[in-house]
Amino acid sequence: MRIFRTRVEFEGREYEEETLWSGAEPPPWGPEAELKVAGRAVARVDAVDKVTGRARFTEDVVVPGMLYAAVLRSPHAHARVRRVDTRRAVSLDGVRAVLYHGNAPSIVLPNGEPIFDRWVRYYGQAVAAVAATTEERAREGIARIAVQYETYPFVTDPDQAAREGAPLVQPCGNRPAGHNPRVYERGDPRQGEQEAEVLIEQEFRTPVVVHQCFEPHCAVCWWDGAELTAWTSTQAVHAVADALAAVFGLPRNRVHVRAEAIGGGFGSKQHLGEEVVLAALLARQTGCPIKLSLDRDAESVATGHREATVQRVRLGARRDGTLTLIDHRAVIGLGAYGREGMSVTGPSRELYRCPNVHTEELFTYTNLAPARAFRGPGYTEGLFALESAMDDLARRLRLDPVELRLRNLTDDEPVGVRPYSSKPLDTIYRIGAAAAGWSSPKPAPSRPWRRRGRGMATQIWGGGGGPPAYAWIRLEPDGTAVVLVGSQDIGTGTRTALAQIAAEELGLPLESVRVEEGDSLYTPYGPTSAGSQTVSSIGPAVQAAAYQARTALLAIAADRLGEPADSLVIREGAICHGTAGERRLPIADLLRPLSPFALLGQGDRGPNPVGVAIRTFGAHFAEVEVDIETGEIFLVRLVAVHDCGRVISPLQARSQVAGGVIQGIGYSLTEELVVDPSTGIALNPNLQGYLLPTAADVPGIEALFSGEIDSVANSLGVKGLGEPPIIAVAPAIANAVADALGIRLANLPITRARILDALQRTREQTGARIRTRSSDRSARGH
Amino acid sequence: MEPAPNAPGARLVKVKGPGPVPVCLRVNDRLYCLPLEPRCSLLDALRQHLGLTGTKRVCNLGECGACTVLLDSRPINACITLAVECDGRSITTIEGIATDGRLDPLQEAFIRCDAVQCGFCTPGQIMAARAFLARNPNPSEEQIRRAMAGNLCRCGTYDQIVQAVRLACRDGGAPSADCGRPDAAARRRR
Repeated sequence: MRIFRTRVEFEGREYEEETLWSGAEPPPWGPEAELKVAGRAVARVDAVDKVTGRARFTEDVVVPGMLYAAVLRSPHAHARVRRVDTRRAVSLDGVRAVLYHGNAPSIVLPNGEPIFDRWVRYYGQAVAAVAATTEERAREGIARIAVQYETYPFVTDPDQAAREGAPLVQPCGNRPAGHNPRVYERGDPRQGEQEAEVLIEQEFRTPVVVHQCFEPHCAVCWWDGAELTAWTSTQAVHAVADALAAVFGLPRNRVHVRAEAIGGGFGSKQHLGEEVVLAALLARQTGCPIKLSLDRDAESVATGHREATVQRVRLGARRDGTLTLIDHRAVIGLGAYGREGMSVTGPSRELYRCPNVHTEELFTYTNLAPARAFRGPGYTEGLFALESAMDDLARRLRLDPVELRLRNLTDDEPVGVRPYSSKPLDTIYRIGAAAAGWSSPKPAPSRPWRRRGRGMATQIWGGGGGPPAYAWIRLEPDGTAVVLVGSQDIGTGTRTALAQIAAEELGLPLESVRVEEGDSLYTPYGPTSAGSQTVSSIGPAVQAAAYQARTALLAIAADRLGEPADSLVIREGAICHGTAGERRLPIADLLRPLSPFALLGQGDRGPNPVGVAIRTFGAHFAEVEVDIETGEIFLVRLVAVHDCGRVISPLQARSQVAGGVIQGIGYSLTEELVVDPSTGIALNPNLQGYLLPTAADVPGIEALFSGEIDSVANSLGVKGLGEPPIIAVAPAIANAVADALGIRLANLPITRARILDALQRTREQTGARIRTRSSDRSARGH
Repeated sequence: MEPAPNAPGARLVKVKGPGPVPVCLRVNDRLYCLPLEPRCSLLDALRQHLGLTGTKRVCNLGECGACTVLLDSRPINACITLAVECDGRSITTIEGIATDGRLDPLQEAFIRCDAVQCGFCTPGQIMAARAFLARNPNPSEEQIRRAMAGNLCRCGTYDQIVQAVRLACRDGGAPSADCGRPDAAARRRR
């Protein structure tokens, strides 16, 4: 192993990473490589477990002697905890422990939030926890704790929080120190404005939205002496193990974090959370295993959000559509703690070839749970604003929106001024436009009181992955293999993709490969399931490990057969002569007589290529009908075209895209955590008031791929796909609505009320008569 | 709606509890008799008392359908059904639909169409689809979408679920070209 330095991108930020790497690089899978298992449509390897109810989620883990925990949460958005009286809880039959700031150690979570502070800074913040013999008892215990609060003024809107005289969320003020605002500039924006023949200016607002993972944040923890085991629904077993070791002062090899099946994360399960720390503390205090599952209310208010943004975009362009200015300023909520804000204006810096760019991100504390990354964090909010403004610009210039974008394409990444490893955006536009019938005449609305519109938007995101990521492959005497990786499958299908990669490289049938993920003790380090990086980070490591194992197998076969290793290959689980040659020896027959033995292939992710930027691209095309009487939006069609390099698992890739788009539909039309401005209390912390799309609300999503393999990016030619599908949905739909009504809806979600308001305002401003069902009727003489 | 218990004109209802009362549940053709508090939901009885964790708890308010099980063949939300109400009745959960180790056609179809992402809502989806197909063995796509609208999926697996239900009702889950070409259903609809 040697120390290497390489550049790595993660969720809109690039940095230098120091990594340990063996230097071994397997031969890459070139664009022309004939693959047998990778790239084939196969069933998800864990699908049988999931359709039979056998899959083991942390929620399903039961340990003998286990107690249940419940959490008391603040009913106020901002208060000082004056007194906590736990006596009536402690005396309740079945209650085994009560924790609050008076008896808990002082612990700060990785996101900066303290466990049981004397101050609560958001509605739903944990104040005390109870462990009891049953869940009901634990909840009864919670109800018996008396807390005296002294309430303080609060602020939940980032724009208001940024203003002079706003209530202070943190004693040091609402603007965290550091580069705040984060400013970027290139060229001369003032000159860009002077050169502009057309200027577009618009303010956009995006709401607070909730991940709503269906498996709640939960943990089952127990201690064996000074050793801690934590089952938890997490996107990062290794990061959680690191953090737990630090919090409890344990050697890293005395912490065991497990996550077998994970019921969704979407960004909210990337770090050590209160559920694990509280379960571990209560387990230590009671000497019993503890299970703590957040209820839906807590999921909605205490596990972080995609925070609200207020954005102002100004675009300048010449009459031919050439951009002369992009000015994008955003105020971004952070929640009550934390420092690292999402990169909302990233797309404005990167997407278009514009010489004069100014971006500004101002981060403000608000009295809400600390912000957590949510699928495509920052870029989803930012592209809504940028791509909506681009659409307005196209309309003003009477240019086709696709044409406007083509005229401003850039081959080089404009911030670092480097070429992209691959950028098939023109191909993507072409595929999408063809599939969506973009240039065909717009059909008449299906009803006279509806208006039909089409819109499109572009997606840019990272997803190139990088080191550190490692894989081990153990070959068994019967010719099967176990792939040990430190990643996790949060529903994306990484287990399937990694099994396909290993099977391909080893020459084994897919059924012979088992992938073990989600275990911090028995796997080598693997990255967080975030930043759309699992296949592009771990995939090459798995290939390298498989290549090493295959090389070892061939050497053993050469010994056994008395033939040179380079004349042999492995095909469908057997040693063969050449790729088309005779089948000589099944691997099981080769290895069984040699058993017992240990045969391990080790692989690591090499550094990223020097001097290029790796990004994923996509475009979404939406067609809608809007009912101008009810404000209802009917999605007629949504075409999503993505570029993720080589597609390893076509079925699962398709599921990823459709799923991301559907989450994007929720973000566009219905999802918002409504916070009462007079109390700071969330009014819809449930699935009744927080509206997720249903099967009846969404059209069939058409998922298409560019088909371009990125052989510069890594040995497999792969890029990420987890987050891109959500990113361009909102602007595509908003642009379709603008096309239908001639009105820009600049605030998400685009609810019926907002549509009706906008229609009303337009009528008042223009005095225009818009034909409605009733006017139709009167026209027909009813 | 029935009048409130013991209100004028109401049938005289026998009050159960407080404290555990004996309850007999026939779950997946096995009889379980156990003491349960009257406030215990069927979902908690299944998951916590019988160890049948295939049925999931998500919203716990009857909003999402993740806890769908069949009570005397009718789909119900186990989270808002009291276990004592099910005394002496027959319950089918996700653990009970494979027969002799062979998966149910719906389970096969869900696998084939990749109608599973994180998998947490999947058991409820399959049980709801099963009850729906029993009522309507040959539904249109529109009817499937409407029937399945009570079962939320945060991963957004709806298209694949609709395809899986179509596949299962068409040919009992036999291999089909449709799910290999995932956009076929979407294309056909236009």
